[in-house]
Amino acid sequence: MHKLSRATLFLNGLGRCLIAEKYVSAIKITSRGFVCAEHRDESGKNEVYDVIISGGGLVGSAMACSLGMDPNLEGKKILLLEAGNKKVMDKVPDTYSTRVSSISPGSASFLTGIGAWDHITQMRCKPYKKMQVWDACSDALITFDKDNLEDEMAYIVENDIAVAALTKQLDSLSDNVQVQYRSKVVKYAWPMPHQAADSIPWVKVTLASGETVQTKLLIGADGPNSMVRRALGIPTVKWNYDQSAVVAVLNLSEPTENNVAWQRFLPTGPIAMLPLSDTESSLVWSTSHRLAEELLELDEESFVDAINSAFWSNENQSELIETAGSLFRSALSVLMPSAGSPRQLPPSVAGISPKSRVMFPLGIGHASEYIRHRVALIGDAAHRVHPLAGQGANLGFGDVACLTKLLSQAAFDGKDLGAIQHLLEYETERQRKNLPMMAAIDLMKRLYSTNAAPVVLLRTFGLQAANMIPTLKEQIMSFASK
Amino acid sequence: MYANKFGRLMFGLYSRNTAAVCGVVQAQRAGGRSGFSWTAVSRQWTLWLRRSTSLESQHHTVPCHMSARSASHSTVDPDEVRRFQLLASKWWDERGEFAALHAMNDLRVPFIRDNLLNEHRLGHPGKPLAGLRILDVGCGGGLLTEPLGRLGADVLGIDPVGDSIGTAQVHTAFDPDLRQRVSYRACTLEDLSEDEEHGGGRYDAVVASEVVEHLADLETFASCCGHVLKPGGSLFITTLNKTNLSYALAIVAAEQLLRIVPSGTHDWEKFISPVDLERLLESNGFSVQSVQGMLYNPVSGAWSWTNSTAINYALHAVKAREDPHTEQAQESTADTHS
Repeated sequence: MHKLSRATLFLNGLGRCLIAEKYVSAIKITSRGFVCAEHRDESGKNEVYDVIISGGGLVGSAMACSLGMDPNLEGKKILLLEAGNKKVMDKVPDTYSTRVSSISPGSASFLTGIGAWDHITQMRCKPYKKMQVWDACSDALITFDKDNLEDEMAYIVENDIAVAALTKQLDSLSDNVQVQYRSKVVKYAWPMPHQAADSIPWVKVTLASGETVQTKLLIGADGPNSMVRRALGIPTVKWNYDQSAVVAVLNLSEPTENNVAWQRFLPTGPIAMLPLSDTESSLVWSTSHRLAEELLELDEESFVDAINSAFWSNENQSELIETAGSLFRSALSVLMPSAGSPRQLPPSVAGISPKSRVMFPLGIGHASEYIRHRVALIGDAAHRVHPLAGQGANLGFGDVACLTKLLSQAAFDGKDLGAIQHLLEYETERQRKNLPMMAAIDLMKRLYSTNAAPVVLLRTFGLQAANMIPTLKEQIMSFASK
Repeated sequence: MYANKFGRLMFGLYSRNTAAVCGVVQAQRAGGRSGFSWTAVSRQWTLWLRRSTSLESQHHTVPCHMSARSASHSTVDPDEVRRFQLLASKWWDERGEFAALHAMNDLRVPFIRDNLLNEHRLGHPGKPLAGLRILDVGCGGGLLTEPLGRLGADVLGIDPVGDSIGTAQVHTAFDPDLRQRVSYRACTLEDLSEDEEHGGGRYDAVVASEVVEHLADLETFASCCGHVLKPGGSLFITTLNKTNLSYALAIVAAEQLLRIVPSGTHDWEKFISPVDLERLLESNGFSVQSVQGMLYNPVSGAWSWTNSTAINYALHAVKAREDPHTEQAQESTADTHS
């Protein structure tokens, strides 16, 4: 074989080599042709971005900030698309907003890293140092706190404030991140997994204005009803809890330090009181649709009574469980005399802020895939949790931090940002974190939505035991505060 | 118009002639990085260089003239484009035939980047290699050329296989960012180093990844590398060692049993040990900075660094800067003579 090829090479003399050179020039011609064609495309407003983020909510804005701040991504073309108006906040509103998020220390340090936390603290946020969770059907309780109330356990931040802070930070990053408000996406066109003839290898986004943009990586941050996810046909495992949440801003009867987050499991669902200021707290009451509607109908005074009795009443407790629980508790305290913490009582509620009472249905959903070729889903677009543990925003920021880290490394290694390799890493890493959290929240929700004696007994023992074992508590806390 | 026709005619002739060669090549399933037998190519070029030195200047003026003419017409043969795109889907399939080469980027890109960052103090965080000119020898479909371009370097990828170059160009053309910094030429290293305009002493780095094990004449290769590099420029080579283990793994296991690479890709006789390669490079005015072993895990499809250079290894050498001492010495001898 070799001899044959050499013979042919020998026979074809100088002329052949000359032709080879011509062939080189033919290649040159073809390449120029492509370049010409591409240039023509660009004049038709078909700009190619490195990253487009769809959805400028809490998580989407954080993603844009995070990418814009990363030194390895400097010079990349990043675009944030938000259907709504720009949310600027010249001055903090007098009234509190009902939609709040619990920001864990991990999320707070992430927000500090992207420069938004300073804006939040300048505006408004309320740290809390302790969390008490207790059962309506027994005296069992568990309290979480950090090193004798020295450190903050988490912060309650209004979503509006957080978005305004991120928007402010994005304004200062205008060199690195472009933001288009009031731009609704009407169509996504996905590229073939492998380069196929005549097709553009990027994701094509068509806006309502008729403008089309292309991107090497599309990040879907467009919420629980994500259009990106639906357009990709990614199935979600989801179910409705047949529950709604009633939220309101509560006025406390007297000013207190108000640094404890309270959560009580009622048979109908968890009720939580989260501190906003010395005199105000935020209510998140998850309950059946019927009861939620009733609560919404009540006059202010009866509504306040309903809240107080939900936190204080002992009507669901039975004597049997009471006795069993106290026996178990005293047995534990013999074993570990110093452990555990005493029960505290939540502050009583005097009234609610006008027009702050609203309800919305609750659901849980988890996308079976977080990524596709050149697409990644983050935040609620990928996973939606029950608000009982206040983990929704934290999981979203966790996604952002993880994806930024991987994209930054990919850029430093000269990789195509939309390549599947690091997106797969993102999916694996986040599902490993998000799924147990979702399962834990869901289990807690299910465990506490019954008042059947055996289950109540089991959870009473479980909660009491957990309260007594500091290492277990630390584990739970570090799991929830990452 | 005539120029176009002429070009296409020539093109046709060439491809008909190569058909014979390609047949042989495919029978051997030669390829690896370039998808082509480098032996045949390099033999062809050495032969040609020997015979046609007198025609050199003529060759270079003609293509330039032609491409300038044709650019304005921009006649792209759609069949050609389709063929390149078919090839591109092969080259750029991260899990396909070239999966191992795609995965190797995880090691070789940081290896090149970090060594260059050590040599040059560069301060562009988003584009760490901005301002450097790199030559990727045997670039194939541009698997390594593109990442280096993304890091900000101006990269020229060369490969004697026209189809590979076409493929690389089609792939890069879609990326507006890369288009500015990455270019390709279907030619050999010898060819380029003869070209005064694009060759001699222009490059900050030369990369020859998975190439030297396909070469017939390493001596010429080394001297050409030295010629195109700036003084103090870096040469990066990744290749296979000549050991029993590399025979067992690269030929028997990878080609015949696991079929990670097409069989016939490698000829063990042409593998070179790091010691021999080092000696060769040192004799051509390079000083070898580091040699590191690389290990491929066929199960996970990932590469990792290892202390053993028994199978694959990466090498970084630096071309000697013009030594002021020898110049001074020559001057002083000249002085004494006068």
